[in-house]
Amino acid sequence: MTAPMLEAVNLSVQFGGLRAVNDVSFGVWPNEVFSLIGPNGAGKTTIFNLISALYRPTSGEVRFEGEVISRMPPHVVARHGIARTFQNIELFEHATVLQNLLVGRHCHRHTGWWQDMLFTGSVRRAELEFRRQVEEVIEFLDLQHYRDSMVVGLPYGVRKVVELARALSMRPRLLLLDEPSSGLNTEETEDMGFWIEDIKHDLGITVIMVEHDMGLVSRVSDRVLALNLGEVLTLGTPQEVQAHPGVIEAYLGGVDDV
Amino acid sequence: MHFIFKTRYEQDIALFKHGGQNFWYAALALALVAAPWLLSEYTLSQVTFIGIYAIVCLGLMLLAGFTGQISLGHAGFLAMGAYTEAYLQGMGWPFMISLPMAALVAGITGIMIGLPALRVKGMYLSIATLAFGFILEEVVVRAEHITGGNAGRQLGALTIAGVNFDDGANFYYLVTGIAVLCVLGVLNLLRSPTGRAFVAIRDSEVSAQSMGINLAHYKTVAFALSAALAGIAGALYAHKIRFITPDQFGFLQSIELLMMVVIGGLGSIQGAIFGPAFWFVVQQVIVVGKDWLPPALGQQTGLQPTIFGIILIAIVLFEPMGLYGRWLKFRTFLEIFPFYRKGMFKRQKSYMKSERMK
Repeated sequence: MTAPMLEAVNLSVQFGGLRAVNDVSFGVWPNEVFSLIGPNGAGKTTIFNLISALYRPTSGEVRFEGEVISRMPPHVVARHGIARTFQNIELFEHATVLQNLLVGRHCHRHTGWWQDMLFTGSVRRAELEFRRQVEEVIEFLDLQHYRDSMVVGLPYGVRKVVELARALSMRPRLLLLDEPSSGLNTEETEDMGFWIEDIKHDLGITVIMVEHDMGLVSRVSDRVLALNLGEVLTLGTPQEVQAHPGVIEAYLGGVDDV
Repeated sequence: MHFIFKTRYEQDIALFKHGGQNFWYAALALALVAAPWLLSEYTLSQVTFIGIYAIVCLGLMLLAGFTGQISLGHAGFLAMGAYTEAYLQGMGWPFMISLPMAALVAGITGIMIGLPALRVKGMYLSIATLAFGFILEEVVVRAEHITGGNAGRQLGALTIAGVNFDDGANFYYLVTGIAVLCVLGVLNLLRSPTGRAFVAIRDSEVSAQSMGINLAHYKTVAFALSAALAGIAGALYAHKIRFITPDQFGFLQSIELLMMVVIGGLGSIQGAIFGPAFWFVVQQVIVVGKDWLPPALGQQTGLQPTIFGIILIAIVLFEPMGLYGRWLKFRTFLEIFPFYRKGMFKRQKSYMKSERMK
């Protein structure tokens, strides 16, 4: 294998007295599904926010394809081909599904606002092209039925898919999924699993995922990183991690606690 | 009910979605052209005012309704436009150059006030813009050699290429033409990446950033464009009134503008036109209705602000989408008659924003 696609090097972040992430290092290979697991407060979402540069690390750095991204503004990181979803769904609620997905094409725009205001030929052509590309994502995730619906009126499960669709519309090379199955029923979780597999195999996108549903994690992940209290417990295949005594202790409590 | 069967992607970006819309907007255009023959001179002058205010409201709508940045200092931008126009006209500049200059000066002022918007949000931004409005009003009072201070400033007759635009019909056409161009410009923005970036910032800054939207850039653009539109309206307003004083651009004016936008319906272009139209109609109704009321009530000072206040409260309570929302409901009612249900436009409340990142 070549160099890791994404690399976290001695990553630490401190909020006041709280060390949310403490000296975490890991590498994610191209085209793998990499899961972060751990009990609440383990620092999983914080690591996501560090990767997408919403937080600045106190020390250490994140490298994407050899470039340090942890000092860039978040919108520049997005332009490098990193897309993400949010734990609590951060869609643009008072816009249609289609508009939400088109925002995903934002990084690929070439026109300025003055051209947009005149809606010049190049804007029109770009819009039609964006529309076509977004349609591919709609087809991929079966959202045809919701194209023109306002997000604010959609059920939770559909919003979750729309958020995934919006991230995919960016045509990212790395996709960060923050609890893709939270709030979904068994059937929807099943679908989510299939989609993640398809995203990896058909679209060739690398996926990093935070997830609590161990069924989904072991089904789709190539490797799993277990965290507790901001520190790495272990890293390995889903089976190895699940069998690791430290992980069991973090989730169920150790002998001392009984 | 219309069901649009889409077969081409062009249909998604078309300004007019179906034949019915073509027809009604053509009818509207015709009515606008015919207005000087149909309306009395006084009414036409009021319609001209609606046009001018529609341009400011359009700018404010872009900023407050689509980008989510509430400005309480828009009268300041209006003043920048008005005084730039008055000053440049005094210097002998032709209108075709002084109008864009008015937009430019107001736009640059907009960028300056937009700078704090990059740091503060919501309530704090409103306060910052409010303070800016006061400062600008004071500047206008003090800069006597340019603005004439509290004594006011007179504008000369408006002629473009030798044609006199001071009379009712010509000036009406000028304002309407500019207003239509502004509406088209804003509509174009909204169906393009820039407009979507604005909406994205309004609905979720965190995810807008993660989608690659440069918040600072788009907020600045929103402020600049909004202020530029106010500047254009200010220049037209100056020519309409022909005598401008600082107190016309005070805090109350800013509040009135914001009220128009809210009454019209935040987040809709139609609302930016409904708002001022409704405002002027109600104003006329109050003027006429005053004589019918008992003198103790009708001659009361502050009758008009009270009535507008009550209307605003009613709108916020019962129709958060404003007049445009009311119109949408009415139209849907007609379109799908007998099947309209009371709760059709009710939105499901969501309580899942627990760990929202600020």
